[in-house]
Amino acid sequence: MNIDLSRRGFLRLAGAGVAATSLGAMGFGEAEAAEAAHVRAFKLFTTTETRNTCPYCSVACGVIMYSRGDVKVGETAELIHLEGDADHPTNRGTLCPKGAALKDFVKAPTRLTMPRHRAPGASGFTEITWDEALDKIARALKDDRDQNMILTNEDGVPVNRWTTTGFLAASATTNETAWLTYKAVRSMGIVGFDNQARV
Amino acid sequence: MTNSWTDIKNTDLVIVMGGNAAEAHPCGFKWVTEAKAHRGAKLIVVDPRYNRTASVSDFYAPIRPGSDIAFLMGVIRWCIENDKVQWDYVKNFTNASYLIKDEFGWSDGLFTGYDEEKRDYDKASWDYKIGDDGFAQVDTTLQDPRCVWNLLKAHVDVYTPEFVERICGTPKDKFLHICEMIGECSTPTKTMTSMYALGWTQHSKGSQNIRGMAMLQLILGNIGVRGGGMNALRGHSNIQGLTDIGLMSNLIPGYLNIPTEKETDWETYLSTRTFKPLRPNQTSYWQNYPNFMVSFMKAMWGDTATEENDWAYHYLPKLDVPNYDILRMFELMKHGQINYYFCQGFNPLLSFPNRGKVTDALSKLKMLVVMDPLETETAHFWENHGIHNDVDTASIQTEVLELPTTCFAEDEGALVNSGRWLQWHWPGATPPGEAKHDTWIMAQIWTRVRQLYLDEGGVFPDPIVNLNWEYADPGDPKADELAREMNGRALGTVYDPADPTKVLADPGKQLSSFGQLRADGSTMAGCWIYTGSWTEDGNMMARRDNNDPDSTGAYQNWAFSWPANRRILYNRASCDLQGKPWDPSRKLIEWTGEKWEGYDVPDIAPTAKPEDVGPFIMNPEGASRLFTRGMMRDGPFPIHMEPFESPIANVFNPKIKGNPVARVFADDAEDFATSEEFPLVATSYRLTEHFHYWTKHNPVNATLQPQFFVEISEELAAERGISLGGRVRVWSKRGEVWAKAVVTKRIRPLTVDGKTVHVVGIPLHWGFMGAAKKGFGPNSLTPFVGDANVETPEFKAFLVNIEPAAEEPVA
Repeated sequence: MNIDLSRRGFLRLAGAGVAATSLGAMGFGEAEAAEAAHVRAFKLFTTTETRNTCPYCSVACGVIMYSRGDVKVGETAELIHLEGDADHPTNRGTLCPKGAALKDFVKAPTRLTMPRHRAPGASGFTEITWDEALDKIARALKDDRDQNMILTNEDGVPVNRWTTTGFLAASATTNETAWLTYKAVRSMGIVGFDNQARV
Repeated sequence: MTNSWTDIKNTDLVIVMGGNAAEAHPCGFKWVTEAKAHRGAKLIVVDPRYNRTASVSDFYAPIRPGSDIAFLMGVIRWCIENDKVQWDYVKNFTNASYLIKDEFGWSDGLFTGYDEEKRDYDKASWDYKIGDDGFAQVDTTLQDPRCVWNLLKAHVDVYTPEFVERICGTPKDKFLHICEMIGECSTPTKTMTSMYALGWTQHSKGSQNIRGMAMLQLILGNIGVRGGGMNALRGHSNIQGLTDIGLMSNLIPGYLNIPTEKETDWETYLSTRTFKPLRPNQTSYWQNYPNFMVSFMKAMWGDTATEENDWAYHYLPKLDVPNYDILRMFELMKHGQINYYFCQGFNPLLSFPNRGKVTDALSKLKMLVVMDPLETETAHFWENHGIHNDVDTASIQTEVLELPTTCFAEDEGALVNSGRWLQWHWPGATPPGEAKHDTWIMAQIWTRVRQLYLDEGGVFPDPIVNLNWEYADPGDPKADELAREMNGRALGTVYDPADPTKVLADPGKQLSSFGQLRADGSTMAGCWIYTGSWTEDGNMMARRDNNDPDSTGAYQNWAFSWPANRRILYNRASCDLQGKPWDPSRKLIEWTGEKWEGYDVPDIAPTAKPEDVGPFIMNPEGASRLFTRGMMRDGPFPIHMEPFESPIANVFNPKIKGNPVARVFADDAEDFATSEEFPLVATSYRLTEHFHYWTKHNPVNATLQPQFFVEISEELAAERGISLGGRVRVWSKRGEVWAKAVVTKRIRPLTVDGKTVHVVGIPLHWGFMGAAKKGFGPNSLTPFVGDANVETPEFKAFLVNIEPAAEEPVA
């Protein structure tokens, strides 16, 4: 009998319990099949597996996320477990004390969930809608740029730089976020532009 | 990294200096363990602390923070003196034989051309003698006293083992033992790898630390080979990607440059970037600069960028200073010259030096916008948290917007690991509450600004309203659309320059290599080094074939490695002059007589004849540089300099403070301390249980390492009456922190220039937000000065004092 099964596929198959014919095909006798039928299915069977990489250091260990619900088909998905990806060439399934606790980072009590605004001198934040926040930002940028854009230097050479607004980019956002950020920031003429590689 | 994590298994000797990989990169460090277990590799650690990497090393030696250049020049001197040099490599693949101008020299710790007032060098003499044929002059016999090799020999002559011991505090016998271990790797069949991180970068001379080791690796013939290389272990998961894509004041994606205002037009801009070969037959690959640059301009401004308007050259800002780096921005901010500031996943209140100054600066802003998955200290800088953030809230007039973003689990795209692998990831969770993708936020901001310009007009709207924005939903561009744009596509028909009848790409098709990029407007690509990552065959970054033929560690079909899916940079140098591997048991590529082939994508034209074309194709010499000409601000060779705050004077020249060409703002110069006031040397570092300031938000990690501490020797503890677990106050000229004291044998006092020097270790994971106990970061104490070349702040060597403090009241 030759069944080409991955380790994970085997576990899925062997633990499914109800797949009696498959179990038979794998050489289990009836007694084993009856026994297997009593075994509770692994909790992870009902989850969606997604490949990702650890967001911390630059080793970029492969991780597998297990979620209830599937983002790809438009469902709401909740991360319930995360482990090292045994197929990943660099980490081969291992994770460090940070990576192993990633689920609790995703669900940290201090994750932000709403845009918030702190007024000048105020002692706290108040919630604000995305539209309000984004319009406020766009207005501020437009006015500051119009007021402070340097079009030419003393020699009359076009320099088109804007120095009174600055942008610090991240260290763990995707390349795609980085490129979109680059386009937006550079097209406005901002020169005070950096990322965490500077540190 | 020139190599990859998985390649480390091929090494014979690992040197960890300027980093602590076992602690900070544990799962990558497993490849060191692999090399030790299966190849019999040895591990050397040189560090001020007997750290977690040292605990599994074969040999450890202590070093005073900030004295690495003296150590490295000492090793080079020892290798030269003891003939531990891979001569064929040095003679053929480096600029050892190149002749240097007669005016070049050095004395009193300075190279020729120093201008004290400008804090800068006139670098005119730091260059090759150029012959009438336009090529650099060489003496392949290495007899000419002006050849790089002889100048290097003279330069390192002072760095004797006794000098190293005097400056670094490293005992001479330990230093010599390390030299002997390293010297063994000068044979073609033994290889050393250098693994370093922020322990080398965060100095006012960080770039020269790294150059010192790069030079040693060239002398040993360890660059371009399996198990060798200069391996910068990047701190964050996508620091590499954000740097590649040029999110820095002076960069354009793919390591192109934002023009300065001296480059008044397109022609002038390109004129300094023609990169004519400096030796016969050489590739000088940067000659393709115009192809990459025009393709970038087409990616930015599409049909608006035309040959007639110099590809919209004046849409780009022009710099009047080398950099508007973060230090400069906070300096300007402190003086009220910045109105609005954005922090996208960045927490400068804890990551930039002299926190008091950072707080003052943020308090001068009109508005601060923070985009982050977590409640950062920066977003909350105006909140009073007692001693942990003692500010007067009501007086801070800065408006703050705190915008919730997604994290890795909820978004899609590629991150670039330290080994330059672009690995795609997929979302598996729904964002919490109203958290949004960074791409959505940036697109929303930009489209709203654009709309204001369309509706109202305004100052120079052209680069905004003409920006190429061809996304299915302009308010929410998708990861695949952005990735394809960075890869680039043909706009017109792209022909083979060798055979103009042969079509390489039809209009609209994704390009497969940066060799297809053109300077005539017929191609576009956001980031040329990523071309090949998303081709007509699909997303190469999402590949998951983990086969590794003959176990070389290359994993050619796993994800995509820039450039051109190359896994080891400069891999042509893994072969001798005839194109045969130096070490046949570690073959990477080889010359078949007609072409280069092997386990990796050759880092040279596939048909370039080995005896004609040098391996370092990005350099106009075709050779690597032991002497860097005028490319670094602080010297063509690394020279010993003290940190800005040092327990001893510069022994070459006591007038030199710190790096003599580092930029120092007037206010900050007054904030540097002397060792009379602050006798202890401090250094910062991190712990394996935490990631910067993020994991203190995670209750699991906050439990593993709950509380801020500092680490000191038993000798210092006895001297100051400090007990293990007691509370201490540590202060510098700029600020103070309170911490638990960890009294340990891991740090020992050093003898430096006849003085006893104590080291205080300060980890960096605490603040006043999150689940861990409130604490401080080292940045409350550190000086506001950066590396002379790249402005990375000096976090790794500064002066403090310490005393016992009253215990905190138990609540």
